[in-house]
Amino acid sequence: MQPSLKIVIVDENPIRAAILEDGLREAGHVHVVRLAETSHLLARIYALDPDVILIDLENPSRDVLEQMFQVSRAVRRPIAMFVDQSDKASIEAAVDAGVSAYIVGGLQKERIKNILDLCISRFNSFARLRDELERARTALEERKVIDRAKGILMTAKNLTEEAAYALLRRTAMNESKKIAEVAQSVVTAAELLK
Amino acid sequence: MIASEAKLRIGFIPLADAAALIVAVDKGFTAAEGLDVELVSEVSWSNVRDKLNIGLFDAAHLLAPIAIASSLGLGHVKVPIVAPFGLGVNGNAITVSPALYAAIAAVAEGNIIDPLVSARALARVIAKRNARGEEPLTFGMTFPFSTHNYHLRFWMAAGGVDPDEDVRLVVLPPPYMVESLANGQVDGFCVGAPWNSVAVDLGIGFILHFVCEILPRAAEKVLAVRSRWADEHPQTLLRLVRAHGRAAAFVEDTTNREEVTAMLAAPNRIGVAAEVIRRTLDGRMKVAPDGTMRASDRYLLIGRTGAARPDPVQAAWLYGQMVRWGQATLSAELLSAAKLVFRPDLYDAAMADSKPDLEGEPADGIGAFAGPAFDASDIAAHVRSWKIRRA
Repeated sequence: MQPSLKIVIVDENPIRAAILEDGLREAGHVHVVRLAETSHLLARIYALDPDVILIDLENPSRDVLEQMFQVSRAVRRPIAMFVDQSDKASIEAAVDAGVSAYIVGGLQKERIKNILDLCISRFNSFARLRDELERARTALEERKVIDRAKGILMTAKNLTEEAAYALLRRTAMNESKKIAEVAQSVVTAAELLK
Repeated sequence: MIASEAKLRIGFIPLADAAALIVAVDKGFTAAEGLDVELVSEVSWSNVRDKLNIGLFDAAHLLAPIAIASSLGLGHVKVPIVAPFGLGVNGNAITVSPALYAAIAAVAEGNIIDPLVSARALARVIAKRNARGEEPLTFGMTFPFSTHNYHLRFWMAAGGVDPDEDVRLVVLPPPYMVESLANGQVDGFCVGAPWNSVAVDLGIGFILHFVCEILPRAAEKVLAVRSRWADEHPQTLLRLVRAHGRAAAFVEDTTNREEVTAMLAAPNRIGVAAEVIRRTLDGRMKVAPDGTMRASDRYLLIGRTGAARPDPVQAAWLYGQMVRWGQATLSAELLSAAKLVFRPDLYDAAMADSKPDLEGEPADGIGAFAGPAFDASDIAAHVRSWKIRRA
C-alpha cells in the first residue's frame, strides 16, 4: 500500500474544485485540501506541505507558485510538472484543459500521471458543463425574444401566433439569418417606434 | 486579404508595454502585412511562457528575463526563444506605502529622489525595525525571472540592503499589487504601468522611483517566438516585426496619443482608464496622493532611441543579475546563449531604416546609478563589483 499523497487544489471556482476533489477522492486520495482564497498563498501552501499542487490556469496566482523554486529556505523543493519533458502530450492536454500541476520531486511518474489525467478529464467535463449551461441560457433568451416578436407581429398585423412565427421563419430564411436575430430586429424596431 | 495570409495567436498580459503589439493588431498594421492575428489576454506569466513553449501561442508579449530563462533552461523546461523586437525599455516604478515613505523620508540624508539616498535610508529603516524586533518589510514583484525582481534588488542592494536576508521579496500578480499594499500584505512593490498610478490615485501609495532613475536603459518586455518557429517561418516573422515597427512609431507619435490610449484602454486589451495609460506614455506621473507630479522623457520607451531594436548588452545584463542572485551559474556558454536570445539581426532584416539614433544614451548601454560601467563580455567582474550577492 502506497502512502497517501497530500494534494492541494487552488481554484477560485468552487464548483470546479469540488468536482476535482470528488474525482480525487474516488481515486483513493483522501488528503485533498481546497484553497479558494489566494492571499498569503505561499505561506499556506508551505504550512500544508503538499506533495502535489493543482492550480487552474485562470488563476493569476500561478506566478506566485513559481517562487517555490526560488525560495532556498523551503524544506522541500517542489518541481514543476513541466520540468519532465517525457510526457509532452499530457502536459499539452493539461494546459489545453486549463490546469497545471506542481509536484514535489521524487514521486513516481505513474502516480503523477494518474492524477494529472484525472485533472484533465474533470476540467474538460466542467468546461463541457459550462458550455451546455451557456447554450441552455442562450436558447432560453432566444425563446423569450421570439415570443416577444411574435406578440408584436400578432398585434401590429393582426396575425395568429402560427402566422406570426411563419412570417419570422420565412424572413429569416430569405435573409439567411437566425430566427432569433430577425425577432431581435422586430423587438428593436418596435422599441424605436414606441 | 492576400492569399498568403498567416493566422497567428499571440498572448499578452494587459500592461501598457503591450502597446506596440496591441496597436499593430488593432490599427491594422499586422493585417496590412497579411497576418491574421488573434490576441489572447492572459492572467499569468507562467501561462504565457507555457503556452508559447508548447506551441499554443505563435508569439508572445514576454518579460525579457523569462525569454532568457526559458532559453537557458532555468527554473523550467529548456525551450530556446528568440526576441526579434523589443516591446518596451523601462516603464517600471517602485511604489511604497505611505508609512514606509514617511519612514524613509524621515531618515534620509539628502533628497530621496536620488536612489542612493533612498536605498541607504531604507537600510536605516530596516536596522531600526530589526532593533525593535519587528517583522521584516515585504516587497512585491511580478515573477522570479522578472525585471521587477532585479530592479528592486539592484536598488536596495546599492544602499546596503540584502534582498534575501533583510526583506521579504514575494511574487504577486500585478492586479493584486494594489490590494496587497492597501491591506498591508506588502510595504512596497515594483511593477509596470498602470498599477503604480492606480495605487497613487487610491491614496495608498507613493511612487518612490521611476526605474529609469535607477537604470536609465533597461529592457523590459520583448516580442518572443520559439527559436524553431522563427526558423520555420522566416517570412511571417519579418512581416510580424515590420508591423510592430510601424505600430511602435505610431505609438511614439504624440499626435496619435488620443487614438492610441483609447485603443489600449479597451476592455479586451488593457482595460483601465485611457487617462491612466496616457500618463505612462507621456511620462508624466502623479507620484503622491496629494497630486505631486514627476516627469521623465524616458519613463517608458516604445521604439524611441532604438528601444525596439533588441540589444544583446541588455540580455547580458539580465543574465548578470541571474548570476548575481544565484539563479544561474556563470559560464561563457550561458552568457553567449543569453545574448543570442536578443536578435538585432532579425530586427534589421525587417526594418528598412534600422539604425537607431543613440545620441545621449548611456555609453555602456545600461547607465546604472551605482557601480562601475557594465561590460557585457565580463559578467564575472560585474558580479564581483558588488558586496551583496549570492554568487
